[in-house]
Amino acid sequence: MTGIKDKVAVVAMGCTRFGERWDAGLKDLAVDAVDELLGQVPGVGLNDVGAYWFSTLDSGQSGMTLTNALGLQYRPVTRVENYCASGTEAFRNAVYAVAAGAVDSAMAVGIEKLKDSGFSGLMRNDPPADGTAAELSMTAPAAFSLLDPAYVARHGVSADDFRDAMTHVAWKNHANGALNPKAQYRSPVSKEKIASAPLVAGRLGVFDCSGVSDGAAAALIVPADRANAYTDRPMFVKALSVVAGSGRGVMDPDYDYTTFPEVVHAAAALYREAGITDPANELSLAEVHDCFTPTEIVLMEDLGFSARGRGWRDVLAGRYDRAGHLPVNIDGGLKSFGHPVGASGLRMLYEAWLQFRGEAGERQLEDPRLALTHNLGGRPGNCVSAMTIVGRGRG
Amino acid sequence: MTNPRGARGGITGWGSYLPAYRLDRAAIAGGAGRGARVVASYDEDPTTMAVAALREMAAPGPDQFLLASCRPAYVDKTNATAVHAAMGWDPHCLSVDLGANQRSAAAALLAGHRTGGTVALADVTWGRPGSTDEAHGGDGAAVFSFGTEDVLAVVEATISLTEEFTDRWAVPGEYAQQWEERFGVGRYQDLIRRATAQLGAETPDRVVFASANPTLGRRGPGITGRLGTHLSPIGAAGTAGLGLALADALDQAGPGETLLVLSAADGCDALLLRTTDLIATHRRPLAVAAQLAAGRPVSYYWYLSWRGVIQPEPPRRPEPDRVSSPSAGRSVAWKFGLQGSRCEACGMLHLPPERVCKNCGAIDRMRPESVADRQGTVATFTVDRLAYSPSPPLIEAVVDLVDGGRLLVELADVAPEEIHVGLTVEFTFRKLFSTGSIHNYFWKVRPLR
Repeated sequence: MTGIKDKVAVVAMGCTRFGERWDAGLKDLAVDAVDELLGQVPGVGLNDVGAYWFSTLDSGQSGMTLTNALGLQYRPVTRVENYCASGTEAFRNAVYAVAAGAVDSAMAVGIEKLKDSGFSGLMRNDPPADGTAAELSMTAPAAFSLLDPAYVARHGVSADDFRDAMTHVAWKNHANGALNPKAQYRSPVSKEKIASAPLVAGRLGVFDCSGVSDGAAAALIVPADRANAYTDRPMFVKALSVVAGSGRGVMDPDYDYTTFPEVVHAAAALYREAGITDPANELSLAEVHDCFTPTEIVLMEDLGFSARGRGWRDVLAGRYDRAGHLPVNIDGGLKSFGHPVGASGLRMLYEAWLQFRGEAGERQLEDPRLALTHNLGGRPGNCVSAMTIVGRGRG
Repeated sequence: MTNPRGARGGITGWGSYLPAYRLDRAAIAGGAGRGARVVASYDEDPTTMAVAALREMAAPGPDQFLLASCRPAYVDKTNATAVHAAMGWDPHCLSVDLGANQRSAAAALLAGHRTGGTVALADVTWGRPGSTDEAHGGDGAAVFSFGTEDVLAVVEATISLTEEFTDRWAVPGEYAQQWEERFGVGRYQDLIRRATAQLGAETPDRVVFASANPTLGRRGPGITGRLGTHLSPIGAAGTAGLGLALADALDQAGPGETLLVLSAADGCDALLLRTTDLIATHRRPLAVAAQLAAGRPVSYYWYLSWRGVIQPEPPRRPEPDRVSSPSAGRSVAWKFGLQGSRCEACGMLHLPPERVCKNCGAIDRMRPESVADRQGTVATFTVDRLAYSPSPPLIEAVVDLVDGGRLLVELADVAPEEIHVGLTVEFTFRKLFSTGSIHNYFWKVRPLR
C-alpha cells in the first residue's frame, strides 16, 4: 500500500453561512456553496467535473438530490452517509476516485437542511425495528453526557474541575466563532452563562451541545501534479482514515466511556499514512468533532494531543485556545459554526483551506502547514470516526 | 358445591405486585381525602403487573394460564400471550384472557381450580376527576397457581350464583358508571346470604371479600373471620381487588386455617379453602402489606397525565417509531425474555443477541442466555431531558450484570437524585410507549425493593 499522501490536492472550496437558514432550501445551499467554489476556478464548469460525491444524513436520498439541484448533465453522482462523519466520507471517496485515476477531477459536496422538520435536536431515520434499541429513545446529548461521570470517575478529577473544562471548551469555541462571519453563533458567551445554562442531558446544558443548523460546503479535487493549473495555493491531502465500530462498547463491561476506541484506531492509521509521530507539535491546527463539550476533551486524548487523563487540564490551561500551542476548532467548531451534519466534515477542511491561503481574516494563524480534521458519527461505544490530514505544500 | 379435581386440589403458590406510586388523596380535586391510593406508573398496565406478580411467585411454567382484567391493554388480541412470552414458558400452554369484567376474577380462581394452571388478576382503575374510582380505586396484580401436588390451600367446596342486574357497568372506551350504590348493596347482600348458606361453612378463620359494588367492597360481606377479614387492600381495584385480598390472607395464614373467599359481582361466587401444613414452610412471596407500606408520591398532575385524563404539552420531538411486528416477532426471546447470546468460542455475552461475536468474530457459535432474573450495577447513567417520554425526563443507565454482560437501559420508579454509580438494580417488565396503538413492551431496571 502506497498511501494517499500528496497524490491529490484541493484546488477550490466553498462554504455557506451555517445557521437557521429559514431563507434557504437545500437547492439554495447547494448552489451557494458551489458558486463560491467555481468563482475560484474560472474556466471550470459544473459539467467539466469528472464525478461528484454528495453527503447528507437526512436531507435527500440518491445522488439525484444533487444532480437535480445543480442541473448536472449526465454526471456520475454518489450519495454517501456515515452519520455525522458523512462530510469527510464524501471527501474521502472523491479523493480516492481522483487518486485512482478514474476521473481527472471530483467534487465533494455536503449539504444538510435540518431546520425544516420543526423538531428540536437531531432526528433519527431508523428502519422498522422491535422497539428495544436504547438509541431509539435516548437522544445524542444523553448518550454523550455519559462521558462526563465516567471521565471524572476514572481520572480522579473533581466534578467541578471537569465542569470547568467543559465550560472552557464551549467558551473557547464561541469566542472563535465570534471571529467567523459564516458561523451560526457569532457572539462570545461568558463562562458563567455556559455553566448555568438549562440542562439538556446529564450535566450538559444548552451551551454544551452543538446547534442544529443548515448549511453546505464543497471541495474540488484534482491530481496533485495538475493542481497548479487551477490555483497557485492548492491544499494537499496527506492522509485519510475511517473506522466504523462494531457496537461492542455498548455491551462490553470493559468499555469505560472515557475514550472512543474507533478514534484511537483511525488516528493511528492516519498518522502512519501521513508520517506524523508527534501530532501536537507537528500539526498547526485541528478541527475536531465538538458535538458536545466532553467529546472535545476526550478527543484531545484519543487524537494523541494530550496524555490520557490530562486532556481536561490541558484544555483549562489554554493549550487548545486560539493563541495556544495547538489551536483546536479555531473556526468555532460544531459548537459555534453549527452542525449541518452532511456538511460539517467539509466545513472543517474549509477552515484549513482558508488558513493555508492566508484568507482566514481575524482567525489567521501565522504559518500554518499541516491541519487535521476529525468527524465523529454515532455514540460512545458505537461510533464511526473519519479523519483527514491536509497540508499547505507537498512533502 | 363441586370439586371435580378431587379433595386434595387447590392453591400451590401465590404472588402479588403493587406499583410504587401513591397519590395523596388530599391532592385530588376537592382536597378533602385522607391517605393515598396506589397508582400504576405510566409504563405499567395489567400485562406488565401480571408479569411482576408471576416473577414474585416464581412457580414452574403451567399448561394453562388465565389473565383477568377489566381494563386489558388490548382487545381483539390476547394479552396473556405477552405475559407468557415474558415468563419464557413452553409453547404447549393455553394462555388466554377472560372477559373484561369484575366477575372474571372469581371466574379465574374457579377455572384455575377446576382445570389447573396459573391465573393472574391484574387491573388499573381510575375515573373522572372527582369520582370515587379516582380517589378510591387502586392498581395492582395477584397471581395464583393451582394443582394437586404440594397444595398449600385445598379447595374444599365452591358455589356460584348468577343474577342479572345492572349495578356497575362500562362501555369499552368509556369510564365505568355506578347506579345508586344502595341498590346493588341490597342485591349482593341477599346473594351472599344465599351462597354462604348453601355452602354451609362454619365461621371461617379468614374471610376474603371483594365486590364490584364499591360501597360493599369497603364495608365487607357481613361475615367476619375469626382471625381476620381481608378486603381489597387498595380499594376498588377491578379484578385485582379479589386477588390482592386473597394474597393478603395467604401472606398471613398459618396451617390448618379455613378461608372463605367471596366475590360479589354479577352474582356471588365462593370458594372454601383450607390451608395445609405446607404453607408453614413455603417460601413466601413479598407480602402485600409490605408493598403497601412502601411507596413514593406522584403528583395529581402526573397521575392525570399517566392515565390520559389530561394531555400535557409534549417536547418538540417526534413520537417514537411504531414497533414492527415482523421484527418484534423475530426477536420475541430478546424483547420479552431478555435472552441474549453467549459466544461459545470466547465467552462474551451479547445483549441483544448476535450471530457474529463482537470479540472473536466467530459466526453462529452462540448459546442463548436469559438475563431477566439477574441483578446488575449501574456503571454510569444520565438524565435525558430532551427525549420523548410520557413522563420526562428519561433516565438511562449503563448496567453491568452479574456473570457478565452489559446493556444500556431505562430506569423505572426512581428519581434522578436517587441514582449513583454502583447502585444495584433488577429487571422489571414494562411498557415503554405505545405508537400506532401498538404497545412496546420491554424491560427496564429499578433499584432493589
